[in-house]
Amino acid sequence: MPQIGRNERVRVSLTLDGKKVSGLAEPRMLLSDFLRQQLSAGAVHVGCEHGVCGACTIRVDGRAVRSCLMFAVQAQGCDIETAAGLAGEDGELDALQKAFRKNHALQCGYCTPGILMSVTSFLDSNPDAGEDELKDMLGGHLCRCTGYVGIMRAVLEYAAARRA
Amino acid sequence: MLSASARFTDDMPLRAGTLHAAVLRSPHAHAEIVSIDTTAAEAREGVVAVLTGADVKDVTTPFLIVVKEPMDQWCLAVDRVRFTGEAVAVVVAQDRYIAEDAVDDIAVVYKPLPAVISPLDAAKDGAPLVHEAVGRNVVSVREFTYGDPDRAFAEADHHVDLTIDYPRNSQTPLEGYVVVADYNRQDGVYDILSNFQGPFTVHPVMARALCVPGSRLRMRTAPFSGGGFGVKQAIFPYVVMCAVAARKVGRPVKWVEDRLEHLTAAIAAPNRVVRVEAAATKDGRVTALRYDQLDDYGAYLRPPMPGPLYRQHGVMTGPYDIPNMAITNRLVMTNKTPSGMVRGFGGPQSFYALERVMHRVAEVAGLDRLEVIRKNLVPADAFPYRACGGALLDSGNYQKAVDIAVGKGKLAALMKRRDAARKEGRLYGIGMAAVSDPAQSNMGYLSTIQTAEERKKSGHKGGNISFATVNMEPLGAISVTADSIPQGQGHATVLAQIVADQLGVPPDRITVNTEHDTHKDPWSIATGNYSCRFSSATAVACHKAAVEIRAKLARIAAQRLNVKAADIDFADGMVFARNNPGNALKLHRVAGVAHWQPGELPEGMEPGMRATGVWAPPELEPPNDQDQINTSLTYGFVFDFCGVEIDRDTGQVRIDKYVTMHDSGTILNPLLKDGQTYGAFAWGVGCALMEEFVYGPKGEFLSGTFADYLPPTIHEVPEPELYHLETPTTLTPLGAKGGAEGNVMSTPVCLANAVCDALGLENINLPMTPAKISALIHGEEPARPDTSTDKAGAGADRSRALTGQGSHTVPAAPEQVWAALIDADRLAAVIPGCHELELVGENEYRALVTLGVGPVSGRFKARVKLSDMKPPDAVTLSGDLAGPLGASSGSGRVRLTGVAGGTRVDYDYEVEITGRVAAIGGRMLDGAAGVVINQFFRRLTKRIHGADKTGDAGQLPFWRRLARKLGFGG
Repeated sequence: MPQIGRNERVRVSLTLDGKKVSGLAEPRMLLSDFLRQQLSAGAVHVGCEHGVCGACTIRVDGRAVRSCLMFAVQAQGCDIETAAGLAGEDGELDALQKAFRKNHALQCGYCTPGILMSVTSFLDSNPDAGEDELKDMLGGHLCRCTGYVGIMRAVLEYAAARRA
Repeated sequence: MLSASARFTDDMPLRAGTLHAAVLRSPHAHAEIVSIDTTAAEAREGVVAVLTGADVKDVTTPFLIVVKEPMDQWCLAVDRVRFTGEAVAVVVAQDRYIAEDAVDDIAVVYKPLPAVISPLDAAKDGAPLVHEAVGRNVVSVREFTYGDPDRAFAEADHHVDLTIDYPRNSQTPLEGYVVVADYNRQDGVYDILSNFQGPFTVHPVMARALCVPGSRLRMRTAPFSGGGFGVKQAIFPYVVMCAVAARKVGRPVKWVEDRLEHLTAAIAAPNRVVRVEAAATKDGRVTALRYDQLDDYGAYLRPPMPGPLYRQHGVMTGPYDIPNMAITNRLVMTNKTPSGMVRGFGGPQSFYALERVMHRVAEVAGLDRLEVIRKNLVPADAFPYRACGGALLDSGNYQKAVDIAVGKGKLAALMKRRDAARKEGRLYGIGMAAVSDPAQSNMGYLSTIQTAEERKKSGHKGGNISFATVNMEPLGAISVTADSIPQGQGHATVLAQIVADQLGVPPDRITVNTEHDTHKDPWSIATGNYSCRFSSATAVACHKAAVEIRAKLARIAAQRLNVKAADIDFADGMVFARNNPGNALKLHRVAGVAHWQPGELPEGMEPGMRATGVWAPPELEPPNDQDQINTSLTYGFVFDFCGVEIDRDTGQVRIDKYVTMHDSGTILNPLLKDGQTYGAFAWGVGCALMEEFVYGPKGEFLSGTFADYLPPTIHEVPEPELYHLETPTTLTPLGAKGGAEGNVMSTPVCLANAVCDALGLENINLPMTPAKISALIHGEEPARPDTSTDKAGAGADRSRALTGQGSHTVPAAPEQVWAALIDADRLAAVIPGCHELELVGENEYRALVTLGVGPVSGRFKARVKLSDMKPPDAVTLSGDLAGPLGASSGSGRVRLTGVAGGTRVDYDYEVEITGRVAAIGGRMLDGAAGVVINQFFRRLTKRIHGADKTGDAGQLPFWRRLARKLGFGG
């Protein structure tokens, strides 16, 4: 494990939504802050900074991770995916985003990017997950606006469409 | 929004050179600020400035308040702190990390003062005073009488009397406050970008505090806001704080609130103690109500407080026809976070009292609860109905709504389900609630706090003005701006729909911009997003603007098509003669005339194609001489019933079925309306079962994380069954009433009524946590069994007083142990996290230790004094600890006894903890304390035996390792 001095800034290089990028980070810098402040990753939303709300969830090498609970330097060389990478180059929403729109699964939209990343990560590894398992997964996210009704409908619809 | 484009306030581009702010907050609920030393903070590299109360006092005035009492509040504490988390100083630095480091460098000496936390205690004579200059904590008392309640009570068959203690909570949006402030020296304008949501009654408050005319305080918003729920009204002290800082440093200053700051210090809905009484006939007709309300506003009365105490005033009789009422409103100050606007805005508190007492009336009278509700509802043929408090209920059919809900929601089947469950010995209950759902506040309702005489002197206040602008460009593009400042409610969608309907184009052709800029957009004091204002206010203003544009277009088209304007119609982007659709013009051609050919416009018509709709409903009159006030423009109706089952072992309340019936007038957009209902319901469930800001007896704030303050997850929130009735309001052209607050008022009390039914309780207070319910079923939990020698544990109350006792055996003689304990160097080596320990007086040490709990750690300065020394048998340690994580003080007695194999060390201690550790680490403190003590003795043993010369120096401090094990970064 590399040793980094307390006030030393190191270059962290990673892949962000398919593009190779890098920035400077002190060892203590949170990955969420690094992505937002150094790499302008606006789809990373910071809601609690203690790993409860789930708004800052991203995918690190395919796995859903709360970016506020990781240091930037731990992401060296990782493949980072945020919700900004879901839509196509032309801005067309992907199937999950479309399901969210159709089912009114968001209001203020602050919790949404984190939920989208959890859902895609979870269904990639659990394609046959049923309602209870999906509910357990969504239990890791707080939404203060919607009462979760639209979110659950959207996720069920998307999961079914993926299986079809 | 779904494409995750970054357009929240924190995402907006910053001017070059923008600096970042971090706030130092009080660890005490009440203390005098003896001194603040900012030298070290200012010397830190990257720090540009540190501001304290003295700086803000130089350039600002205290915030205006509604009650004329000397309760000055500045944006940073001046001389005294009055709640845990109060802003004391702000550091401005190159980045937030540096700013936070520098916050830890500021040395504040506090002289703690007695704090008063409970509103009932605060209201007593001799209570510690939150504001000494006022001379009392109850800063406003008003009594109101409508009809003849005394006579009704005297003649009543039944007299029901309940006392409710409604807790503090908030809907806590996921996005915290964000402010970017700039100051332009040339024109003297403060330019603020923030997620302020209104009401703009607060704009003059901020401008006045900054000593500038309103035109020199430019308030702007970003395209998106991450949730509001009223909460983002209380950002205003920070707007002023950042404005002052920007002016001082000559550069823009940005501040982003974090979650701990938000939970600790942003806002709470006022907790309220209500004594509510109902007079009823033997057949269940309620003839009078009596309320004695003590509303707790925390440490400062921030405008527009005490709104929650008066917003419901005209409709304290709810949806019922109750002709007599007496109300006593008392407003009390305590050493807690200032109260503010939170969704429901007084409604949850008011309707909890009313619907609990209606439930009790049925029980006491031995009647069916639904029958009591039905019997008292305002009859369908009585509208428009003037409630005795002054509310004008313009329309509705409450009986029909109840019938639909009971029928479609299958109440009869639910009753059978309850009976079956009870036969099996299960705890099952049914609850009901009926509430009025007010929308669009009368800006004059708060003047009800004044007497009629005072109102005459200060001028009558009322009304609620809204604006929306529709613009058509030369090539026909249509855009809309409005004064609603939404946080995701879908206002843009509805506004586009309203304009599209008038102009015959698809809604997606219309661009709506809901950003607001006080320098450019029309606004009034009512501007903003609160009290369900949109559907009956801004939407109507937009409708008026669209109608005006349509009329203008029709006149231009009529001239060119040689028909009357009244015969013109709009559809599919065409303007045409209704009786001869072939006689038509393209919409954009007609609009173009107003731009390109002003000389050819019909006589008297102004050129251009822009209209601003202004809407100010006349029904929102000032309070009259009898103190009657029509507090809101429209009043929807909500009726809920539910079935809950309680787990007998755990006390967990499970919502088995929930039915909610809404009459919100005409529904402008069903998907958006239902979304608001589901969201309100979820928060209602949170308030009923989980959410509460908890304080220790000395004002320690104990709910600083989302693991302590518990918003419900998808597991706690079932999908309610939703039914609608649409009785249009006659007071607006669109017929829509509000619909976003109903369930935050109805759901908590509906669930409470169900729990009371399940457990046979007369009354219960929120939140109905498993611990509370368990205690009701099984009695208070017995003390934790004594399973170890170390009995560290929190006291039975919810204080963060950490008490414990225990014993360890150290394999050395008492004299050796004693020598180690009183030798500074040796002690320094065995205290976990100790960096320095020096003798500063006889048996008095000063130490620097690093401690951390959960996600935070920091350096503390400790002073420890040894007293009552009986070498080598006993010693008392006392002292205090202060650092960025909080403060503590305490004492402990250590006794040494020689035993076979060494020395038995017996100890007991009591430590009081405040500040950040109390707020976020409460759950972990007890266990952590025990482990640290164990570690101390292990190291002591090693030290005495020289077994480990290096100690644990090579490792991370224990607290850090514990934090990592618990899953925090540490």
